[in-house]
Amino acid sequence: MVREISVAHLQRKLTALLSEAAYRLPDDYLKALQEAHRREAAVLGRDIITLLLDNAALAEAERLPTCQDTGMAIIFLEVGQDVHFVGGDLHAALNEAVREAYRPLRKSVIDDPIRRQNTGDNTPPIVHWEIVPGHHVRVRVLLKGFGAEMMSRLAMLPPAAGLEGVKRFVVETVEQAGPNACPPVIVGVGLGGSFDTVGLLAKKALLRPLGTSNPEPHLAALEQELLEAVNALGIGPQGFGGTVTALAVHVEAAPTHIAALPVAVNLNCSAPRRAEVLL
Amino acid sequence: MKVHVLTTPLDDEAVARLRAGDMVRLNGILYTARDAAHKRLVETLSRGEPSPIPLAGQVIYYVGPAPAPPGRPIGPAGPTTSGRMDPYTLPLLERGVKGFIGKGYRSDEVKAALVRHRAVYLAAVGGAAVLLAQHIVSARVVAYEDLGTEAIRELVVRDFPAIVVHDIYGGDAYLEGQRAFRQHP
Ligand code: SF4
Repeated sequence: MVREISVAHLQRKLTALLSEAAYRLPDDYLKALQEAHRREAAVLGRDIITLLLDNAALAEAERLPTCQDTGMAIIFLEVGQDVHFVGGDLHAALNEAVREAYRPLRKSVIDDPIRRQNTGDNTPPIVHWEIVPGHHVRVRVLLKGFGAEMMSRLAMLPPAAGLEGVKRFVVETVEQAGPNACPPVIVGVGLGGSFDTVGLLAKKALLRPLGTSNPEPHLAALEQELLEAVNALGIGPQGFGGTVTALAVHVEAAPTHIAALPVAVNLNCSAPRRAEVLL
Repeated sequence: MKVHVLTTPLDDEAVARLRAGDMVRLNGILYTARDAAHKRLVETLSRGEPSPIPLAGQVIYYVGPAPAPPGRPIGPAGPTTSGRMDPYTLPLLERGVKGFIGKGYRSDEVKAALVRHRAVYLAAVGGAAVLLAQHIVSARVVAYEDLGTEAIRELVVRDFPAIVVHDIYGGDAYLEGQRAFRQHP
């Protein structure tokens, strides 16, 4: 049985989702930030966390974007194989949703990395498709600020580097990022796959709500261990020193080649804008 | 923690009182500039042409604000990462800029140049863009309007909060702050 979904419907839902993400930080993040306030040992660090919480509350109350950098829109579409999109051009609809949602927001997208002309409407978004069984569509978005994106890294490690090599690379990435990534950060780690997919795994790790862990026990243990190692860096809120450098480390893994141990670290910042809807 | 209430433009005396880790509250004018404006400004200066904004004693804020909502002077306006402006910072110091506001690490070259030119680097809290915009009383584009959010704006600020990261004595609030909490060897 084929389920028809109009592209106009998808466009409306996506516009609303992008706006919601811009103006309202996720509850699980705000809760984690409140807990971090209790845990943070540095006085200035606690003051900064209070500012971030106040900022989020004011943004929501006044319907203002929580951070001026509302990033590039990164859209994940999980589409049931029995879904048929009707009534227009799907990609045009995605672009139109971004154009609409970003009208009151900052336009941060340029047409070409060398020419660098602002596209003027924050299009195009970055879109990832996944075809799954069923007849639903799950839309997830990240409004990804590039302060943290710029400090993200990828390495094709040799298998001999092992778990130690992975840990070193993750800790080193957070250390080099320091205040640039607007800590407390959320650390997305991708392991395995290939050069092109390991970065996507790290980004997908940022889609997971805080307070969840990887269902694989060995990866859940790695997340915990990495979180402790990262927080032992002492970078703290905004890099002025403290016990909370990261709120969470999320690991996503995939099968890879006998020759490789790909690792990618995608950082998210003090404005981790994320939202999702099921159609 | 010491709090200094400052009025721009800054003179040598005001800058000399600031120490890494102190808080400041800025009043007066800040000029905004980020990546594209820096590139254009420094290219202009290197051709020997006049600067479109005053530089001596001034404070530059690395920010690309969000559009102004109806009835407000400006949208949310928090700092962007300063390190990207490192390659353009020396020519501005040479022309007398006294302060830069952003977030994140600076190069050793910039740190040394700040000491040499008696200027400071300040950090505003990244991610607190809505709260920071409340300290901006007015904003107008004064150069490079075609750059959109990256245009140079003249902001009038009241009690704009920032933390001194690098002072003129080589102090480093990031390094000193982190040392106390670092558990790695
Ligand atoms: S890194 Fe995040 S919190 Fe910091 S300025 Fe960029 S979007 Fe805002």
